[in-house]
Amino acid sequence: MPYQFTVSPDFGPDQLANWHIFNTWLQRQLAIDIHFETFGSFDAQRQAISEGKVDIIYANPYDASFLVREKGFVAVASPHHSDETTVAVPADSPVDSIESLEAGCRIAQTDDPDISMMGMILLEPADLHSGNTKTLVQDSYIQVAKALIQNNADVGFFLSDAYEGLSNLVKSQLKPLVSSDIQIVSHALLLGPPLLDRREELQDRLQAMSEQPQGKNLLDSLGFKDWKPVDEEEMEFMIDLIDALAA
Amino acid sequence: MQDMNPTDVPGDSREVLLHLFDGTQRKVLITDEETPYPEGKLIVSRTDPEGRITHCNQSFVDMSGYEEDEIIGQPHALLRHPDMPAAAFKDLWETVKEGKKWHGYVKNLRKDGGYYWVYATVIPNVRNGEIVGYTSVRRKPSQKKIEDAISTYASMS
Ligand SMILES: Cc1cc2nc3c(=O)[nH]c(=O)nc-3n(C[C@H](O)[C@H](O)[C@H](O)COP(=O)(O)O)c2cc1C
Repeated sequence: MPYQFTVSPDFGPDQLANWHIFNTWLQRQLAIDIHFETFGSFDAQRQAISEGKVDIIYANPYDASFLVREKGFVAVASPHHSDETTVAVPADSPVDSIESLEAGCRIAQTDDPDISMMGMILLEPADLHSGNTKTLVQDSYIQVAKALIQNNADVGFFLSDAYEGLSNLVKSQLKPLVSSDIQIVSHALLLGPPLLDRREELQDRLQAMSEQPQGKNLLDSLGFKDWKPVDEEEMEFMIDLIDALAA
Repeated sequence: MQDMNPTDVPGDSREVLLHLFDGTQRKVLITDEETPYPEGKLIVSRTDPEGRITHCNQSFVDMSGYEEDEIIGQPHALLRHPDMPAAAFKDLWETVKEGKKWHGYVKNLRKDGGYYWVYATVIPNVRNGEIVGYTSVRRKPSQKKIEDAISTYASMS
């Protein structure tokens, strides 16, 4: 049976093609058979993880806590790239600061747990919480933008990279209110219990990736500069942080 | 802990003697100057099991007004504002020592005598079943929550 590799469902189809190439690279480096599996939602992915069907994962920080603390995964490396959240409203909205958002407002977001957590934290200064807002879950960040533009939602949560990646035409119809600047929190590549003994080896290979032309190209297409090894304590620290925020 | 230095505190200030939990005292100088919470940021610090600061992020440094090397190795009482009731911190320490999370609204004192409000979470860092330190993450509180905290704390002290 091949091992299973998956990535956090927050990536669009273009990105998935690149992750597929990364999977090929992984197979060659570790000389093992690995199948690249994608999941349509965070729930479907969690289900597969619970059933022990995932061995390698590029996980978002929120899922990483569950994987490390409950499923015995270990962190290998992380790209020099932090996950930030942007909160935006329609360009013609009278709202021009977080504090002017009101109870009862409709929030468009994807089912990405990191971004919804950070988004809700960014709304706290307006005394907004899940009990006095309405959440409208969308399939993608484009859909979040559409919900705002069509006035089906009052405020939207975006992964900041996804917001930046929207076309100028779309962005011109939106007004960003605030972006998080946390820096410490990022996605990480994790190995599951059957592959724990390959951790150091993979760490070395990932670190060397940016020095090889092919590896460099692949990193570029994933939008990364390079991989930074993550040790256990760093990962635990990030998890403690998420844990504190989730409360 | 060292008393506050009048040359660090511009403008009019009042002198207050703080009585810290360990029985020591600190002379602080306070002003009415509020520094707004930085948008989108988290203020993060970590301590060893005794509560001495081992790490802090740039937002912590910026908001405190101290240099990083004046912070590392100090207890968080460096930020203790006289308007904060001792009971709030007693509750904080009792909670985290039991291995649980603590949340609360905290008014912090800056090196320049001014203050800033945060909504703080403190959690114990548990490794192999043992508390190896504590982490605090602070975020921006709402104006209403600050006003509630002001009246609660005024009635406590
Ligand atoms: C992780 C952590 C973070 C803390 N952060 C603060 C803080 O930002 N401001 C503060 O006044 N006290 C903070 N405290 C509480 C202080 O340790 C201390 O109890 C408080 O300042 C009152 O001083 P005293 O206990 O010496 O009387 C923190 C404690 C911990 C464990």
